[in-house]
Amino acid sequence: MSDNSAVKDPFIRVVKRGDMKSGPKICIRIGSVVVSLIVCGILINVITGLNPVAVYVTMFKGAFGSTRRSFATIREMMMLACVAIGLAPAFKMKFWNIGAEGQILIGGIVSAGCMINLNMLPTFPLLIIMFATSAAAGALWALLPAVFKAKWNTNETLFTLMMNYVAIQLTSFFVSKWENPKGSNTVGIINSNTQAGWFPEIFGQKYTLNIILVVTLAILMWVYLKYTKHGYEIAVVGDSENTARYAGISVSKVIIRTMLLSGAVCGIAGFLAVSGASHTISTSTAGGRGFTAIIVAWLAKFNSFYMLLIALLLAFLGSGATEIASKCKLNDYASDMIIGIILFFILASEFFINYRLVFRKHAKEEA
Amino acid sequence: MKKKIISMALAAITAFSLAACSGDTAPTTPAGTDAGDGEQATEAGTEAVTPAEGVTGDASEVKIGVILVGDENEGYTYAHIDGVKKAAEAVGIPADNILWKYSIPEDESCYDAAIDLVDQGCTAVFSNSYGHQSFMQKAAEEEPDVQFVSMTGDTAAMSGLDNFSNAFTNIYEARYVSGIVAGMKIAELVDAGELSDANFDADGNVKIGYVGAYPYAEVVSGYTAFYLGVKSVYDKVSMEVIYTNSWFDIAAEGEAANSLMADGCVVIGQHADSTGAPTAVQSALDSGKVAYSVGYNVDMLGVAPTAALTSATNNWSVYYTEAFKDVVNGEKIPTDWAKGYTEDAVAITTLGESCAAGTQEKVDEAIAAIKDGSLHVFDTDTFTVDGAKVDSALVDMDGDFENDDEEAVSDGYFHESELRAAPSFYLRIDGITELTAE
Repeated sequence: MSDNSAVKDPFIRVVKRGDMKSGPKICIRIGSVVVSLIVCGILINVITGLNPVAVYVTMFKGAFGSTRRSFATIREMMMLACVAIGLAPAFKMKFWNIGAEGQILIGGIVSAGCMINLNMLPTFPLLIIMFATSAAAGALWALLPAVFKAKWNTNETLFTLMMNYVAIQLTSFFVSKWENPKGSNTVGIINSNTQAGWFPEIFGQKYTLNIILVVTLAILMWVYLKYTKHGYEIAVVGDSENTARYAGISVSKVIIRTMLLSGAVCGIAGFLAVSGASHTISTSTAGGRGFTAIIVAWLAKFNSFYMLLIALLLAFLGSGATEIASKCKLNDYASDMIIGIILFFILASEFFINYRLVFRKHAKEEA
Repeated sequence: MKKKIISMALAAITAFSLAACSGDTAPTTPAGTDAGDGEQATEAGTEAVTPAEGVTGDASEVKIGVILVGDENEGYTYAHIDGVKKAAEAVGIPADNILWKYSIPEDESCYDAAIDLVDQGCTAVFSNSYGHQSFMQKAAEEEPDVQFVSMTGDTAAMSGLDNFSNAFTNIYEARYVSGIVAGMKIAELVDAGELSDANFDADGNVKIGYVGAYPYAEVVSGYTAFYLGVKSVYDKVSMEVIYTNSWFDIAAEGEAANSLMADGCVVIGQHADSTGAPTAVQSALDSGKVAYSVGYNVDMLGVAPTAALTSATNNWSVYYTEAFKDVVNGEKIPTDWAKGYTEDAVAITTLGESCAAGTQEKVDEAIAAIKDGSLHVFDTDTFTVDGAKVDSALVDMDGDFENDDEEAVSDGYFHESELRAAPSFYLRIDGITELTAE
C-alpha cells in the first residue's frame, strides 16, 4: 500500500475471517446472549425501575417453575422446532418459503376434520391417518408455488405469502362450518369426552408424543440434509443453480421434491398443534410460528439440533412473558422487546464470527 | 460472502415481520388506550360495592385466579380488572392473593393458564372471554375441587359439572335505558324541526342505526332492547343493523356508522367494543350532519364530546363480589348468574351535553320501574313479529342449538337471561332491519 492510499484508508475496515474454530464460535454466541441480557436488564431498569435479575428469575419460574409449566414450554418449543425443521430444506435451497403459516393451517384443518368425522376409529389408526393426511395436505399446499417456481420461475416469496391468506380464509370457512356452540365462531375443544384423535399420554405425560415426533423428525432431517444425495443436491441448488445444472442436477425436480417435503413437515406441525396441543382449530392455530420458525431455521444454519436449542430459547421467552406480565406488571410488549433485543444480538454475533473489524492503525501494520 | 449478508438481512427482516405479527395478534391496540376512559366508565360502580357482610370464611387465605383476554389497555378487560379489584377489597381478599393472567388467547394457553393457577393454589378461576369457555370446562373436568367460571359463557348448565359456572349481566336493561336517552333526543330533534326528509323512511318513521358485532342472540337481545327503549319515548322509529363480524374493529365499526348515517340514521347505537362508531358520528356531526351516538362499555365523551349521548355499561364488581363471597365461604358459585339494575350490575354512563332536557328524570323513572318489576324490557305488548303479538318463544337449553326446549314468554314478557345467564332473545321484531346478516 502506498502512502497516498493510506490517507484514504477508512478508519474501520471489515475483513472476512477464515474458518473459526467451534470453541470460540460458541463463546461468541453465548457472549452475545449474555450481553443482550445485560442490555435488556439496563433497559428494564431504566424504563420501569424494576430489578432486572428479579424479572429474569420470574421469567425462568414462569417457563420452568413446575413440571406442568416445563412441559407447556417444551410443547411450544417442539411446535416451533417442527416448523423450523420443515422450513430448513427449503431455505437451504434458497427457496423463500414464507408460507409455513398456511401449510400449518392446512395440516391443522385436515387433522381437525379427521377428529370430527372419524372419531369412531381407535386412537392409533386415527392418529396415523391424521398424520398422513395432514402431511399430504401441507405438501400439496407447498406444491403449488413449487411447481410455478420450477416451471415458470415465479416469485416464490410472494406466492407462498399469498397462499397464507388463502389458508386463513379456508380456516375461517371451516371454523364456521364446525363451530360449537353454534353462533360462537369457535370450534371449541373437539371430542372433549372421548379424546378421539388426541395424543395419548405416554409415561404419564401428555406431551411425550410431541417430543418423540419432533426429535425423530429432527434427526431424520439432519441425516437427510447432511448425508444423503438429496441433501447434497439441495445444498448445490442453494449455492448456485447454474452449478447444479452443470453437474446434471435437475433443478426443477429438486425444487418440487424439496418443497413437497418442506410442506409435509409443516403440515405435520399443524397436526401437532391440533391433535397434540389445542384440540381445536382457529385462524390463530399457527399463531405466527410459520414466521418465527424462519428465524429459528436461519439462526441455526439449518442444523436440526441448533434449531431445537433456539426454539427452546424462544419458547422460554414466550412462557416467561406471561409470568412477568402477571408478577412484574410488565405487559407482553415487554417480552417482545426482550426477544427482539436478544435476536438482534445473536444476529450480530454471526457477523463477528464471519468478519472482524480492522482499525486503520492495525491495517497499516498488517499491510 | 454476499449471500451471507443477504441471508442475514433477510433474517433481520423476518425478525421485524415477527415483531409486526405479534403486534397484530395482541388483543390490545393503541386505540383501545384512547378509548380507555375506563375510570369514567366504571365510576358508576364505585358506590355499588357492598361492605364485607355475609363473609364467614377466612378471606385472607383464599387465592383467586383471573384469566383475561386482554390487559388494562382494552376497555372490556379493564372493566373486569376494575370489578375484580373492587370485589376483592370488598370481600377482604388481599390484593396479592389475586393471581392475574393477562392477554391469554382463546386456545390451549387458556387451559394451561387455568391449570397453572390451580397449581399455584387458587380455589376459584375466572375467565372473561367467551372463547375461553371450552378450555375452562376442560380444566373444570380435571380439577373437581376448584371452581371455574366462564364469564359470558353458556354451557355450564348443560355441562353437568358442579364446579363450572357462567355469569353475565342483564346488560339489555341498560341498553333499554340508553334507548330512552336516544328516544328523548329524537323527540327533541323532531319537535325542533331539525330533521330532513332523508331522516324518515317511507312510513314516516325516524331512522336510527345500530352497529352490531355478530348476529348472535347476545347482540340481537341488545339491539332489540335498545330499539324498544327508543320506542318507549318516541314511537315512530325504524332501525337498521349492520354487523361487522368482529368484536373490536375500529375501521369496520366507523365504516358501518358512516353508511348508516349516509342512509339517514339519526342515532347510531353499538354492540362492539371500539370507539370507531362514536368517532365517525362525531366527525359527521362536526361537518353539519344531524347524528348522535350511543356507546357500549366505556364513556364515549372522550372521543365524541358533543355526539355521544351515553353508553350502556357493565358493573362487574357486583358479580365478582357475590362470587368471591361464595368462594371464601366455601359455597358453590351459582351455575348461572345474571343480574341487572336490581343489584346495580349494569348502568349507563354520564349523560352527554347534547342530551335532551328532562332525560335524567325519564331515565331515573325507567330504572326505578325496572327495579320494582313494573317495567319489563321485552314486554310483548310493545313489539310484534311479522305483524303479530308473540305469545310463545322456546329457547335452547340442552345445547342442540334448536330453540325448542323451554318457554321463555309468560306473564306478558320474554324472560331474558332467567333460564340461563347468557342472553337468549333471538326474535327478529318488526321495525328492525338487519342489513348484513351472515
